[in-house]
Amino acid sequence: MKLNHEVVEKNVGLMGILIAVVVSVAGLFEIVPLMFDAKAVKPVPGLKPYTALQQAGRDVYVSEGCYVCHSQQVRPFVSEVLRYGPYSRAGESVYDRPFQWGSKRTGPDLARVGGLYSDEWHEVHLMDPRAVVPESNMPAFPWLAEEMVDPVQTQKSLKTLQWMGHPYTDEEVANAAKEVEGKTKLEALIAYLQVLGTAVPRSLSQ
Amino acid sequence: MSNSWSIYIIIGVIVQIIAYAWLLLATSKTEVEGADHENDTGHVWDEDLRELNNPLPKWWLNLFILTIVFSLLYLVLYPGLGNIKGVLGWTQEKQFKEEYALVHEARKEFFSQFAGKPIPDLAKDPKALKVGGNIFANRCAVCHGSDAQGAIGFPNLTDEEWLYGGEPQDIVTSITNGRHGVMPPFAQVLGEEGIKQVATFVRATWHGKPGDPEAVAAGKQKFQNFCAACHGVDGKGNKVIGAPDLTNEIWLHGTSDAIIETVLHEGASGTMPAHQGVLEPEAIRLVAAYVYSLSHKQ
Repeated sequence: MKLNHEVVEKNVGLMGILIAVVVSVAGLFEIVPLMFDAKAVKPVPGLKPYTALQQAGRDVYVSEGCYVCHSQQVRPFVSEVLRYGPYSRAGESVYDRPFQWGSKRTGPDLARVGGLYSDEWHEVHLMDPRAVVPESNMPAFPWLAEEMVDPVQTQKSLKTLQWMGHPYTDEEVANAAKEVEGKTKLEALIAYLQVLGTAVPRSLSQ
Repeated sequence: MSNSWSIYIIIGVIVQIIAYAWLLLATSKTEVEGADHENDTGHVWDEDLRELNNPLPKWWLNLFILTIVFSLLYLVLYPGLGNIKGVLGWTQEKQFKEEYALVHEARKEFFSQFAGKPIPDLAKDPKALKVGGNIFANRCAVCHGSDAQGAIGFPNLTDEEWLYGGEPQDIVTSITNGRHGVMPPFAQVLGEEGIKQVATFVRATWHGKPGDPEAVAAGKQKFQNFCAACHGVDGKGNKVIGAPDLTNEIWLHGTSDAIIETVLHEGASGTMPAHQGVLEPEAIRLVAAYVYSLSHKQ
């Protein structure tokens, strides 16, 4: 067969297939093997799937677009570890669908924010960031205190995640709606923030 | 990574490099089969527009060849071919650990100049205060404010009033292990009437704000039954559990009658997060010295 580009250029189907092959080559060798690598897909010891309330808070985090300004990935650099805590492990994100690593930090990284501030502080800060950090440029989210978590939606989330392999018991899924009943989105979001990065113990000796 | 995935990656990478080399050489040939003219791809549009196939300039072609040489060198030195570790034995983790160890040592050495000095002395040492103040601005100011005067719900650190004690060791303990203060809600126990009576009693007894004597007497009874366990019969509070002194004008959650009633009604809680593992013990001592200095100005 004469392999000149006339053959490719005059054959849209063939060109499409060849383009697909070229575009997917990197993924086939860089991404696919990781899907079967224990280090990347097994949870780190101590990591638990989000509770119903935390999962609802995660949904608030995503729907409010927190990831636009906050990353959730401490990179393995000294300056980052001194500021945020131990660098992020791949196995910490296995219950995140999708993960919230992010690539832009207008605000600080949140991968290890859990336990760093009190619930009361988060409440004040989300209602009006300037009340506690005068120089902050974060928007206020006062409506989160008024809007309620949707229990039906949360239960559906947990059910779907269970189907995808998250180790929820049937009981946890059954109780999910009850757990978030009457909770505001603010409470859910704070519950989520307070668990972030707590599976890996904080330590200064790396 | 399992061996079979490793082999898959090795084969994939090598085949790709060979394929790039082949593509480069194959397309750098100037002769095209089936062309009528030299350097012609055989494509003709609008009767006489021909597409030429001139070779890449030599320097450009050489750059491409260099990238292939670079990739081969890289794969020898660094991990890239599946599980093969590379001659240098480099890993991201190892590099981080080496760099962190250097910084960790440097910090230790820096902090050693303050070692063994009592905190009240450090609170007079300008260098210690500068370092402590910097750490405070980074870690503590988000709640306590950059002037350390706190806010509603977050204690003022510049006055003489301390929820958990203001001795150097108390401050170090507060920072290291954190504190958790809980005032339970009393709506159920006291009822609306009782809450008003207790608030009136507190205001009348310790803040000179006159109130209905009957309410004060009833409030006193209730205070001794329910409140004195934490706040003390004399209302002076208890530093062991962080129960505030009610006899002065310093109020963590606000001073108005309405706020006092709300707190009685719904309760209140405050958490100082633990900083063990966030700051070195030496750094905590310097922050404590800075905080101590705020209420011990010479």
